[in-house]
Amino acid sequence: MTDLVSNPPVSRISLGRLIVWGLAAAIGLALLFAPFLFTDVRSQQVAARICVFIVLAASYDLLIGYTGIVSFAHTMFFGLGAYGAAMALKGMGASWAALALGGAGGIIAAIVLAFLIGVLSLRVKAIFFAMVTLAAASVMMVLASQFSGLTGGEDGIVYTTPDLFKPATKLLVDADGKVLKLFGVSMNGKIAAYYFVFLISLFLFWLLLRIVRSPLGTVLEAIRENEMRAEALGYRVVAYRTAVFIIAAVIAALAGIVWAVWLKYTGPDTVLSFDIMIDILLMVVIGGMGTMYGAVIGVALMSLAQYYLKDIMEVAASATANVPLLPHMLDPDRWLLWLGILFILLVYFFPAGIAGTLMKKGGQQ
Amino acid sequence: MSPTPVSLETRDLTINFGGHVAVNAVSCVFRPGELTVIVGPNGAGKTTYFNLISGQLTPTSGTIVKAGRDITRISPSARARAGMGRAFQLTNLFPKLSVLENIRLAVQAQKGMGPRFFRAASSFRELERRAEEHLAAARLQSVAHLPASALPHGDQRKLEVALLLAMEPDIFMFDEPTAGMSVDEAPAILDLVAEIKKDTSKTILLVEHKMDVVRALADRIIVLHNGQLVADGAPEAVMGLPIVREIYLGVPAESAA
Repeated sequence: MTDLVSNPPVSRISLGRLIVWGLAAAIGLALLFAPFLFTDVRSQQVAARICVFIVLAASYDLLIGYTGIVSFAHTMFFGLGAYGAAMALKGMGASWAALALGGAGGIIAAIVLAFLIGVLSLRVKAIFFAMVTLAAASVMMVLASQFSGLTGGEDGIVYTTPDLFKPATKLLVDADGKVLKLFGVSMNGKIAAYYFVFLISLFLFWLLLRIVRSPLGTVLEAIRENEMRAEALGYRVVAYRTAVFIIAAVIAALAGIVWAVWLKYTGPDTVLSFDIMIDILLMVVIGGMGTMYGAVIGVALMSLAQYYLKDIMEVAASATANVPLLPHMLDPDRWLLWLGILFILLVYFFPAGIAGTLMKKGGQQ
Repeated sequence: MSPTPVSLETRDLTINFGGHVAVNAVSCVFRPGELTVIVGPNGAGKTTYFNLISGQLTPTSGTIVKAGRDITRISPSARARAGMGRAFQLTNLFPKLSVLENIRLAVQAQKGMGPRFFRAASSFRELERRAEEHLAAARLQSVAHLPASALPHGDQRKLEVALLLAMEPDIFMFDEPTAGMSVDEAPAILDLVAEIKKDTSKTILLVEHKMDVVRALADRIIVLHNGQLVADGAPEAVMGLPIVREIYLGVPAESAA
């Protein structure tokens, strides 16, 4: 008999894991204090986008990384939430009731659609399922553009949000009745809007972590690893797949609602386009599928690259102005080229994604 | 002799793969407290017969009845929930999950705690405790936190059997549990089977190629040949039949006498 007693029990906390947790914690803290650390409008926009997209990418990871479901309809559910909130805020005025009603409508639509797509097509092969979701997402984009009376078509919808989030709102006032400044930052509606985005995103991410750590999470991984054996153990694989597809859809719709509140604008380019779908896919792959923390790292890295790579290149180009050739290579117009090179390097050095590769190293051999 | 209740029955069970009849009208009754070994040469239809019973394949004709209930058309997962457990010939695990997680999945499937993900942590501890028990029974404690794919073949076989045990079924189906194991390793698995056998409410079906391995455990032997049931009875009687000696042991009938 093989003697394995000599093998020491594997420590479950490896250096790689600590690095991943450290990175995620650092990103979390940066987001928590973002309004105080980065006071300009553009930085706050980036911070809010990172919050919302962490939830969106993490809920996509629940599908693709944990359960092995490939869907291209994730932005469709994101869009349903956003459009639900947007249409209600536009039609009923900027009230909390409108937001709640519109949001609920979007979530219900997401549940119904996810259920229908799930039960009708999760029994078929993965590639067919992916095609069905692609078709559904395309139909949704056509509908959003055709029913322009409701959705604003290609122009989208501009609306106002509840008074709490108006820049003029005084969240805290000093003795003179003026907006109180904390560390030089006005406690106005913009702060309220950011923390609305941050706290809901934090809660949803925690919820996703809780799901993957639960017995349900292990069942999802089992389905990904060996569907036939999961079925043989007594798990209704199709029911689990459908359930997780619905859970991911609801979380994406909630992220959409939050995004709609932050942007005060909802249109095909902000919530429905396939560019966003590709972004989410890249974020999850680069961060590391099936890790949840990978979504945090992938979203932060990609968002920062998308927003700031041009700036960095501009600085680099002017710094190297006297050197031949280099300034041309670093011309800000070539930022997409460098982004592409960055992705290739990341995939090469982190084949299982950043979090995935790090967590494997120094852990279980 | 008082009639023991029937736990599982196949009636004229047949499957036809485009002209090739892999299992041909097999009718057989299995009772609790009985360990039946299914033997036959390669390609005799043993594993196909198992796949029909556990639901991975749907028969062309015939029925399967478990404790009076027709289960011919229900899914493999529904059969598992109805108390039928199966260990596979080719190791069939969740490779990236740890040994303990593999076992816990089997416990959890049987306890039906899967979807209630917000349950109190205490009920998870109960799950974990039972998983640990099965882990210990299979003597896999030392590798509990290794991914299943990292285990040597013998331990993977043990884990395969441990999953079946953790399902706590009333019908156990072992498909060549000692396949690919060394002579030293095989007894560990057979001890587990012997342990189950002590509980007389359990029905055990075991496909085995190496007859000598299970002779001591078998209450009854059935022989499949070209998809047909050709012999059924007590081990000594069956192994003594000329037709069995010829097709299974490869001994010509005349020289066997």
